[in-house]
Amino acid sequence: MSEIEDRLARPAAGSSWDRVRGNLLASAESEGLLDVTYEVHETPFGEMIVAASREGIVRIALPAEDAGQVLDSLAARVSPRLAMLGRNSITRAREQLDSYFGGNLREFELPLDWRLTGGFRRSVLEQTAAIPYGVTASYGEIAGRAGSPGASRAAGSALANNPLPIVVPCHRVLRSDGKIGAYLGGTEMKRALLELEGRR
Amino acid sequence: MALDEHGPRLHAWLVTRVGPDRADDVFQETMLAALAAWESVTVSSLKAWLFSIANNKAIDEERRAVRRPSPEGEIDDWPSAEVTDRLDDPVWDEVRALPGKQRLAVSLRYQGDLSHRQIAEAMGISEAAARRNVFEGLKNLRERIGDE
Repeated sequence: MSEIEDRLARPAAGSSWDRVRGNLLASAESEGLLDVTYEVHETPFGEMIVAASREGIVRIALPAEDAGQVLDSLAARVSPRLAMLGRNSITRAREQLDSYFGGNLREFELPLDWRLTGGFRRSVLEQTAAIPYGVTASYGEIAGRAGSPGASRAAGSALANNPLPIVVPCHRVLRSDGKIGAYLGGTEMKRALLELEGRR
Repeated sequence: MALDEHGPRLHAWLVTRVGPDRADDVFQETMLAALAAWESVTVSSLKAWLFSIANNKAIDEERRAVRRPSPEGEIDDWPSAEVTDRLDDPVWDEVRALPGKQRLAVSLRYQGDLSHRQIAEAMGISEAAARRNVFEGLKNLRERIGDE
C-alpha cells in the first residue's frame, strides 16, 4: 500500500466504538428490534452464554460448547436480530446460576422459551426439568415418563441437544447401569455438578 | 455478528462522510433501518448493503443540514469543509476535491474497506466502473499530494 492508501485506510477518529455500540443497542432494544440478546457469564467451569428472547431464557451454552457456533445457530434458528446486551431475564439467570454453583440454590425460577426444542425431545426435557435437586434418573426412566418407554436412545439424544442445560438439569440423567453417561459440557463437569448436589 | 463485524468500519467511514458530530446519529439511523428491514432483504453482501443504507442516510442528513441546496438540487460537496476541518488527516481535504463518484468509491474502498464488488453493489454501478473510480480517484490524489 502506498502512503496515500494508508492514510485513507486509517480509521477516522470519532466517538468511542463502545459508546456508539451501546447507544445503538439501547435504541434497538427500546424499539423492539432485537429478538435475542445474550451475555457471557463467568462460572467455576468457564464461560457460559446466557441468551434470552423477549419470552425468556432461550439458550444456555456450557463452557465446552463453541461460542461462535452457538451464536450462529441462534441467529439461524431464532433470529439474526441478535446482540450482546443484558436483559432482566438474563440478569436473573446469571444471579441464579451463581447461587446454584455456590451451592445456595436448588431450584431455578426463570421464564423459559422452549422454542429450540419440540415434540418428544421437549417432553423429555420437561420431564428432566422435573427431576429434583440431588436426585437422578436413568435415560430409560425419562423416556418412559415422556411417554415412550424403551426410547432411551432418543431420550439421550434429546438431552445431548438440551438448549437449556443446568436449568433443565440433564446432568441428573445417568445410564441405567449407574455409569455417568455423556454430557454436553463434558463428563468432568457432569460429575462435578452431581457432587455439588451431593450425589457423588 | 454483523454489528461487531461491520460496525466499527461503517462508523469510521461515516465520520469521514458526515463528520464526527453527526456520524453517531447517522450510524444509529442506518443500523436501526437495517435491523428493521433484516427479514425482507436478500443481499449478496451484507456489508455493501449496510454501506448503501448509510450513504442514503448521509444524503438525507445533508439535505436536512444544508439550507440552500445547489442549483441542481444535488448535494455533492461532502465532506463539507467543516467536516474535513475536524478530521485529523488533511488527505480528506483532497478527497473532497475529487469528482463525486471517485470520492465515494475511494472512501468506500479504503475507509470502508469494501472490495470492488461491494463498492459496485453499494453504489449501484458495475464492478468495472467501481474499479475505475477507485483507480482514477487514487491517481488524482497522487497527482495532488505527490505520493511516490
